[in-house]
Amino acid sequence: MTTTTVSPEQPRTWKQRRSSIIAALGLLPFGVYTILFLGVPALAVVVGAFQSPTGGWTWSNISIASHGVYAHGFVTTIELALVTSIVPGLAGVVIAYAVLTMKGNALRRIVSTASGVFANFGGVPLAFLFIATLGTTGIVTSWLNTLGIDPYQHGFTLFSFIGVSLVYAYFQIPLMILVITPALEGLRPSWREAAEGMGARSWEYWRFVGGPVLFPSFLGGVLLLFGSALSAYATAEALTSGSIALTSIQIGSFLNGNVLAGQQNVGKALGFGLIVVIAVVMVGYSILQRRSSKWLH
Amino acid sequence: MTLTAPLDTSTTENQGATVELIGLRRRFGATQALDGFSLTLQPGELVALLGPSGCGKTTALRVLAGFETVDSGRVLVNGVDQSRIPAQRRDMGMVFQSYSLFPNMTAQDNVAFGLRMRKVGSIQRRQRALELLELVGLEGQADKYPHQMSGGQQQRVALGRALAIEPRVLLLDEPLSALDAKVRVQLREQIRVLQTRLKITTLFVTHDQEEALSMADRVCVMRSGQIEQVDVPATLYSAPATPFVAEFVGTMNRIPGVIAEGRVSLLNKTVDIRTSADQPAVFRPAGTPVDVLVRPEGLAVTATAGARGIVMTTTFLGSVTRLGVLLDEDVMVYVDQPNSAVQVPVGSAAEVTLTERDVMVADRTGAGVAQAESASVEHP
Amino acid sequence: MVALGLAEFAADLETVDGHPARPTRMDRLRRVAWWRGIVLILTGVFFLVPIYAALHFALSTVEGGFSISAFQSIPHQQGFSDAFGLSLRLAIMTTLITMVLMVPTSVFVHLRFPGLRRLFDGITIIPIVIPPVVLIVGVLQVAPTFLKGTPYLLGLEYAVLAMPFVYRSLDAGLRSIDLTTLVEASRSLGSRWSSTLLRVVVPNLRTALLSATVLTVALVLGEYTMASLDQYQTVPVWIVAFDQDNAHISVAVSLVALVGTWVVLLAISSFDLRRIRRASQLRKDGSA
Repeated sequence: MTTTTVSPEQPRTWKQRRSSIIAALGLLPFGVYTILFLGVPALAVVVGAFQSPTGGWTWSNISIASHGVYAHGFVTTIELALVTSIVPGLAGVVIAYAVLTMKGNALRRIVSTASGVFANFGGVPLAFLFIATLGTTGIVTSWLNTLGIDPYQHGFTLFSFIGVSLVYAYFQIPLMILVITPALEGLRPSWREAAEGMGARSWEYWRFVGGPVLFPSFLGGVLLLFGSALSAYATAEALTSGSIALTSIQIGSFLNGNVLAGQQNVGKALGFGLIVVIAVVMVGYSILQRRSSKWLH
Repeated sequence: MTLTAPLDTSTTENQGATVELIGLRRRFGATQALDGFSLTLQPGELVALLGPSGCGKTTALRVLAGFETVDSGRVLVNGVDQSRIPAQRRDMGMVFQSYSLFPNMTAQDNVAFGLRMRKVGSIQRRQRALELLELVGLEGQADKYPHQMSGGQQQRVALGRALAIEPRVLLLDEPLSALDAKVRVQLREQIRVLQTRLKITTLFVTHDQEEALSMADRVCVMRSGQIEQVDVPATLYSAPATPFVAEFVGTMNRIPGVIAEGRVSLLNKTVDIRTSADQPAVFRPAGTPVDVLVRPEGLAVTATAGARGIVMTTTFLGSVTRLGVLLDEDVMVYVDQPNSAVQVPVGSAAEVTLTERDVMVADRTGAGVAQAESASVEHP
Repeated sequence: MVALGLAEFAADLETVDGHPARPTRMDRLRRVAWWRGIVLILTGVFFLVPIYAALHFALSTVEGGFSISAFQSIPHQQGFSDAFGLSLRLAIMTTLITMVLMVPTSVFVHLRFPGLRRLFDGITIIPIVIPPVVLIVGVLQVAPTFLKGTPYLLGLEYAVLAMPFVYRSLDAGLRSIDLTTLVEASRSLGSRWSSTLLRVVVPNLRTALLSATVLTVALVLGEYTMASLDQYQTVPVWIVAFDQDNAHISVAVSLVALVGTWVVLLAISSFDLRRIRRASQLRKDGSA
């Protein structure tokens, strides 16, 4: 082997170092921008969570944020996120599987693109769609009335936990479909056939092979849905005009000025809490993704 | 890697099943995948289904396995009609082309899976799985997951898994195609040895003729859903029944010639060719163009100044040297010469002569050869 | 959460973009036909009824008849054209910033620091971890007054929101072209970095750039949280405010926004597919 001019122990030539520096400079704009517009605000929130209005350090924000109406908000938010991640998650898998086993390529493509599109519904337009559907003067409401059922008599409103969950499902289910479809496609037909050839019935295949292989992706999808529900603001706000006790809504209210004296930074404490929960969730998600991609290749 | 554990064949009552595929027909959309396919496998024999892609060989295998249905025809195993029996209960072991091991299970669990489906107890099945892993030379890999093993190792585990249930028939769907050349050859031998020892009736699908010829008891050459020829490898090679088989198996030259009063004129000579067919080519009208099919070892090359052939290529093949000679009508013929012979250098003028006695004569139609007959050459 | 949905959409394009690895041979008839039909019908009902309802609502007048007057009168509503103009300006601004920022960066990472790609995948997840509602709190805390006085602060922050899926889009696009070879070929023929980027890399990334642009625009036009808390009236904020006056109009605008996003996303999807199909055709013919 011919000897190279630069061996590992010698310092790199000036030219090499220069091109490395230039390349690193190429990444600088991105780095600076991210730090400025993402890092600094995020840091402001985290630091502010521990600051008192007079400028000293304090735990009071955190303690206020973990009690009373704010604790209630957290609990509701997490409950809402759990419900709208597990139920739409399961529904999403079932639907994705049903779609994949459809014959006809065109139909499958349409549905998969539609999921991509529906997963992007959210916020204000979606809220209004559902108001038109299940609101007091909504279409389905009047249909149900003609059938003799008045959901509002039974205490249903769109602005309740159930109502918001229903609306969330509208974009959570497609999100799950998007996430789980590649995993479902990664289930090789030869696994199914090998299992069958060895005497496995359908449920046995799912129990021993299909299910376990799919599980990391499924769990990852549920986590993603969980994170998505936790962060959601616009839909709930547009639906409830802030009347429901959700953490994100409560954080928003701090910016609108309805704050008790001495509690200005509680909103940041709430934000800090949210960030922590979501960070944990996202870490879990990427670990699971990496795990499943090992198997599905 | 040789087989290690001696196999206790006394426990294997399996003397091999008889498999009959009768008149199978199957259409996929516009393609007729199987067109009246009939084949019988004798107990314990290894039959290779050989053919180009799309010829229907995999379909035939999958019909036997129970993963495809047929439009018409029957499948019998030991005389029993299989059409009502789902794949789960056909008791056949199948090895797929690649990636068929369950990724969430270790090698041992993979092999034990079939036994688990048959409700064999945990200790027994793990023990048996270990035995099988030893049989395929992978006893150290029992706790490895598929993504931690090489392609060759995975296929060996797949083989063990298929054999664990002591199937009546072993089905192999191009199991070696995705492997490296060297691994392929090794595994080829292993499969053959195992199969012979266990006396399992085996159907082996491949597009690699070398594989088929080296492994099988009989080879079934397929094209467009039909059987071209079923024979032992030697006969397939020396007495191909159709031009397709002749050209698919081994290398075959196609030399243009012309009928000349009951004889065939080719390579600047006129030779007597006798055929046993009803309408022997030699009795066609004079001037009819024909092709004479002969293998490279049936020709000879000599350097001759002024001859119309030119040696274009020389390829060292190990046991022989193959010369490519360009003839008059832009036809390239390949001639094998033993390495000991005097080599004719590239670029020299050369003459090609027919030394073989058994050849095939075929009509030369515009679109290809329609019919061919075996013939023997009368050398003066 | 719009950004997340868009990120997953971009990832879904990734699967298509990077040449579908496994053909789905799940078309063997399984005896599940009956439950499959039920599932699909229920799904269809759940997703289509609200759209029908909205359409019905938007088309019905206060008197009780039907007319498209709600849709027709949108541009004339008070504040709408201002809101639309603002949203549009923000969309353009965000797109420009994101492109200028992300294209050279992702090219550099792919080219020179392939090891950093993992890190980048992680970094671009971070904006998703910080919910917009929390981000705006922090922004309003630290932003200098001159920035807070303009709506363009939103544009700067929207670029951060858009980062994850713009990066994913570009990443998918870069992976499907052989970047290193192209760049080396271009440099060996004498081109400088800037013209390599402009003339070789960017044209080959056309589809990825297009989809990234459209996703960004969709994000900006639909973003409510930060805009409303920063108290600027973009289209979504306007919709909510206007609901007090005339709900029919609000619903009508919502429908237009949704359908518009649909159409465009569908267009990119099919455009992408056609390009893939053409590319694979060429490959087939070329290598046949």
